[in-house]
Amino acid sequence: MNYWDKEKECMPREYLEKLQLRRLQETIYRVYAFVPAYREKMEALGVKPEDIRRLEDLKLLPFTTKQDLRDNYPFGLFAVPMSEVVRIHSSSGTTGKPTVVGYTSKDIDTWAELMARSLYSAGASRYSVIQNSYGYGLFTGGLGAHYGAEKIGASVIPTSGGNTKRQIMLMQDFGTNILTCTPSYALFMHEVMQEMGIKPSDLKLKAGVFGAEPWSENMRREIEGKLEIDAYDIYGLSEIIGPGVAIECPRKNGLHIAEDHFIPEIIDPETCEVLPEGTPGELVLTTVTKEALPIIRYRTRDLSTLNRSVCECGRTHARMAKVLGRSDDMVIIRGVNVFPSMVESVLLNIPGVEPHYLLVVDRRGNLDELEVYVEVSESVFSDEVRKMERLGLQIGKELESALGIAVRVRLVEPKTLERSEGKAKRVIDKRNI
Amino acid sequence: MAKQISVFLENKVGRLAHVTRVLGEAGINIRALSIADTSDFGILRLIVSDPAKAYQVLKDARFTVSETEVIAVQVPDSPGGLASVLERMTEQELSIEYLYAFLGTRGDDALVIFKVEDIAKARKIFNEKGIKFLDESTLYKL
Repeated sequence: MNYWDKEKECMPREYLEKLQLRRLQETIYRVYAFVPAYREKMEALGVKPEDIRRLEDLKLLPFTTKQDLRDNYPFGLFAVPMSEVVRIHSSSGTTGKPTVVGYTSKDIDTWAELMARSLYSAGASRYSVIQNSYGYGLFTGGLGAHYGAEKIGASVIPTSGGNTKRQIMLMQDFGTNILTCTPSYALFMHEVMQEMGIKPSDLKLKAGVFGAEPWSENMRREIEGKLEIDAYDIYGLSEIIGPGVAIECPRKNGLHIAEDHFIPEIIDPETCEVLPEGTPGELVLTTVTKEALPIIRYRTRDLSTLNRSVCECGRTHARMAKVLGRSDDMVIIRGVNVFPSMVESVLLNIPGVEPHYLLVVDRRGNLDELEVYVEVSESVFSDEVRKMERLGLQIGKELESALGIAVRVRLVEPKTLERSEGKAKRVIDKRNI
Repeated sequence: MAKQISVFLENKVGRLAHVTRVLGEAGINIRALSIADTSDFGILRLIVSDPAKAYQVLKDARFTVSETEVIAVQVPDSPGGLASVLERMTEQELSIEYLYAFLGTRGDDALVIFKVEDIAKARKIFNEKGIKFLDESTLYKL
């Protein structure tokens, strides 16, 4: 078994919890003293730093949301002077003011450690050639993975996203062993490889570390089958630190959250009550070592479950189930919660159908309608209308039974749906609600 | 026996023009065509002068394409000509998926493209019943 830092990753829970409590208390004292927004929120709830005596007292603390980061744009939640900040990242801000995050040099080092753990868990070593196709720049994916790979001592190819043909040429010529990118980009790369006439056996690719968007077990099988690699899920978000918050081990049975740096909780997104272990709900994370931007009880909007039992791999850190949706990506159609990942699972179970799809929600009269666009690949194409209509009906029927609502399927030409080199766009909501 | 090129088309402006332009630029001549359409999509079926090349250029232009075996049958170009051929096929319980007419003629005969379920059976029946059909090489040169 590959551990980057066995002492931390396999620390007995008893010690781990003592470490978490001490670090949590320090963090709370610090934000109370240095971040007026946190102090005000705590005062409003009547909580003082000294009230946090046990880990369970975490639930007394206020939540933090994306809106809090926007309200304090750009640096209002920083707990250190700007002279200590060595890096600033930011979201694209497509839905309003961007969210801005900062790092001290110790934060950058922590992040690199966590990414090193993650890549090591996926089999990387100093002998690996790692091709990093996460976007470099304001997005945390590129630089986060880069620093971790360098920390291990691997050879990093900082290709960033885009220019896919050249990426594949480099992958072949440089003998890339590990690919880091979004899962949808990995599939797109495979399509381009086919066009170029390059087979997985022409490459030295062994594993991929894929994240930045939710993907299903079916999509894992698809990627592993097509690229002939092991596909690992990595989880992270810039508000917490970036990629490396959690990573799968070779058991691929949940992602180990780096609990020496983050405390996870699962809450009911409606009532905000903490839910018992194993119950699905929204993941909430608290950072306990971050200096520049400590975040208390951040509502990730990602839906998952927690499992604190010791993993077969020997790691003691809690495992979060693969994220299969976001409480805000969810579309509610006629009172039914629909996640794009549910559609993806259904499509991948129909032989020959590619997981390239788009959900279009519209309101006709007073009725919401869901239309799912599905690309027709050569393997399912027939010259007979009857067979094509049957295919559409079959997909529709399977979607209906999985989602619980009527679905209209529209068959579209391949490669007409947007292929993103970052996060794939899966839902268009045309309703004006 | 003949190879038909089938192309999946969304019902969107300009798609058919695009297919024919791609073929035209590759120097491929269309010998027969038909479109089966639904409200969302259409299936374009083509008999062309060079099916292998047509398949490749359309694939390169990112269309979903397939090759389908069909039969080109010579039908007397006179009233009742097609009916007599169809009647003989019906007698033999040879089911037809679809058919369409060829753009040119061969001597006094019209040409009709048939997609049937069982090609081997069709050939046998055509031979026995004296229905004339064309081989590939003759067809593409017409």
